[in-house]
Amino acid sequence: MAELGSLALLIALVLCAYSFVVGVVALLNNGEAADRLSETARRAGIVAFAAVFLASLILVVSAFQDNFSIEYIREHSNRALPIPYKFATLWSGQEGSLLFWALLLSSYGLVLRLRHKTDTRLFAYASVAIAAVQVFFLLLIVFPASPFSLTSGPIPEDGNGLNPLLQYPEMVIHPPMLYLGYVGFTVPFAFALGALIMRYPGEKWIHITRRWTMVTWAFLTCGIFLGSHWAYSVLGWGGYWGWDPVENASLMPWLTGTAFLHSVMMQEKRGMLKVWNMWLVFITFWLAILGTFLTRSGIISSVHAFAQSAIGDWFKWFLLISLAVFIVFFFLNKSHLRSEHKLESMISRESSFLFNNLLLVLVCFTVLWGTWFPLISEYVQGHKVTIGGPFYNNVAIPVTLLLLLLTAVGPLLAWRKTSVDSLKRNFLWPACGALVVGVLMIALGVRPWNDVAYLYALMTAMLAALVMLTVASEFVRGARVIARHTSQSLLSGMHQLWHRNTRRYGGYIVHFGVAIVVIGILGTPFNRDIEKELGYGDKMSIGSYELTCRSFTQEENPNYGSEWAIIDVSRNGKAITTLYPERRFYKASQQPQTLPQIYPTWKQDLLLVRDLYLVYAGQNPETGRPIIKAHLNPLVPWIWIGWLIMVLGTISCLIPNAVPVRVTAPARVEPATVGAGD
Amino acid sequence: MRRLTQIAQIWLVLATLFLFMGAGDDSARFRSLGHQVMCVCGCNYVLLECNHVGCPNSDRMRSELAAAVDSGESDALVFQGFVEKYGPVVLLAPPKTGFGRVAWVTPYVALIIGVCAVLFIVFVWNKRPRAPLASAGSEGTGPDLGDYRDQVRRDTGI
Repeated sequence: MAELGSLALLIALVLCAYSFVVGVVALLNNGEAADRLSETARRAGIVAFAAVFLASLILVVSAFQDNFSIEYIREHSNRALPIPYKFATLWSGQEGSLLFWALLLSSYGLVLRLRHKTDTRLFAYASVAIAAVQVFFLLLIVFPASPFSLTSGPIPEDGNGLNPLLQYPEMVIHPPMLYLGYVGFTVPFAFALGALIMRYPGEKWIHITRRWTMVTWAFLTCGIFLGSHWAYSVLGWGGYWGWDPVENASLMPWLTGTAFLHSVMMQEKRGMLKVWNMWLVFITFWLAILGTFLTRSGIISSVHAFAQSAIGDWFKWFLLISLAVFIVFFFLNKSHLRSEHKLESMISRESSFLFNNLLLVLVCFTVLWGTWFPLISEYVQGHKVTIGGPFYNNVAIPVTLLLLLLTAVGPLLAWRKTSVDSLKRNFLWPACGALVVGVLMIALGVRPWNDVAYLYALMTAMLAALVMLTVASEFVRGARVIARHTSQSLLSGMHQLWHRNTRRYGGYIVHFGVAIVVIGILGTPFNRDIEKELGYGDKMSIGSYELTCRSFTQEENPNYGSEWAIIDVSRNGKAITTLYPERRFYKASQQPQTLPQIYPTWKQDLLLVRDLYLVYAGQNPETGRPIIKAHLNPLVPWIWIGWLIMVLGTISCLIPNAVPVRVTAPARVEPATVGAGD
Repeated sequence: MRRLTQIAQIWLVLATLFLFMGAGDDSARFRSLGHQVMCVCGCNYVLLECNHVGCPNSDRMRSELAAAVDSGESDALVFQGFVEKYGPVVLLAPPKTGFGRVAWVTPYVALIIGVCAVLFIVFVWNKRPRAPLASAGSEGTGPDLGDYRDQVRRDTGI
């Protein structure tokens, strides 16, 4: 099996190398022969997918067969591992996850190469660029990080098992989503590089790139949020984001990708920011690779990082070469990227995009700076420092507030120029609504003058309300026009409005989701927690909840041993649920894992939902009684709800527009133009 | 005027009471300081959030922190003690002095540079004569063609 897997990878490497070299030769020449060569390069890329798929399949089957003659399977699987996690073995270690990268990249390459008729020349360039990246990843898994290396010495009876932190249902989904996001940014980059080299006429390439970026962005968004939810549900410290270097690595391309999705509209609509967009696409791709480098090289300590290995040098070289290639082609062709229009007013859609991009890139820079600063400090001062939450929050919170303001204001600004009257008309009611929210929060007891965290929370709530109200007002205003002209209900009008311009109104849905997520985050300053040792019948209180320890016990199964407590939860004297916080100790890997219990109390508290979060923190060795830590985390469920709305909004952006409906109205009434532009 | 003075006095008394009510709360201070220090076992968690079974450091560090808070040391002294024992890596954020200041200042310097760059770009755009209309094969870009271009895009689904 291992030999077959290695052979499949070797074949894939040869095919991709062929696809790259012959593809370049074909692009440098013209004529029928060059076209035929290009076609063989494309087909080689397609067959490479089959080879990488076969190698991945062999690795998964080996995990199912407990084939511990393969070193990777011995290290990351064991006989008692439940079946779904045998699949997860593929991406749970260094070598396997690199193979998974190669598989996803080949899949994206397959789709791209199959759709080549959209624009044969541009797709040929993109195919060559993707082949180059494929060659890099295949080189890694063929030489320094082969997933099919054989176990040295006698083959053991059982393997080391999967990292316990990964033995959680979301871990079967989170890494694939994240990798689909990381890998996917190769495609926009490949198109951008192709368009740059061939001096692509018009903006069609950017339209193709934007759709790919949106799909990739959606995957990365899902990956980040699933990772946060996993951290919240598994790590047991009551939080969902710790500014860990690996978390940061996923956030950076997301931020630049978000910036690109906005600035690309300026190029499509006004022929502006061409240079900037080209760089944004490249930087997004580059940051995705940099993130992979961070997790693989071991140069930065992280909860998530893989073991230190020699492949860090390979990544370093790849990053340098890709940067050099891009810079060379950029300077050779930059005259083609000249802006077609000028900024006519600072109060316009264009300027809002400019500042939105500036802020997103600033946050990205801050995250990058904070992630690398420990290394810089070591180089300059001879010792490392820690860069944690306080540093990032110092910049991220004020900038997020400004971004929220732009999210509210930007979509209502017109292209080119917006009049003050129009601003007043569009913002009066949403601004009043935001003020009401602020007053309500103060009335509910939020005292912004007591603590800067409360001030931020108040401002965030007001701005999130402003975003939601401006989005709602956009829908209602447009739907009213349609409803008036077509005698439909307001709801049907909204549906038709969205369907006429799915990208614009889908984008608004995403903004709405972002506002909901931000509301979830603003609950953080109001978090509470308490820790207590509980014997039979002992009680502790947090907020209006009373926790009673009914029992505590231990359990053994082939995969792990566990300790858990049975905690009855009541509120105002009324029993509401029973929770079972648990701690496991995995036998094969000899590692512990916490399984917190989360009770979202939305059933009782529809608006201000909060999580009651219980952790089995350990056992007092003297008394044998469990130590339970309880957190009361307000508004956290809003984060997951907002994420779902963001994903739905992104999907709705990808749905093609309906043909504009012509209004059959009395004479002199023009066809409705609502939603005609982004 | 007298009434105003009375109100001001009441506010002053209440504010003083409020301040002193918080001053004696050692557990709040312990929690605040414990969230600004890292566990040094390599788990990368904040001290009060480290929940490893048998962590060799966190329990001892918590006891040290509690002792320092009980003895009435100032925040700076508590942190200094931890840095001397465990190194600068124990603090959750770099100090705002010396080279640590570079970490804090750089994002704001970047912001200023970014704003200047945006203003410069806007200035250059406005100075530059409009680019000639697209060459053969490219799309029309004149202001009055924008609407037609959008219409064509919508109708053709491009």
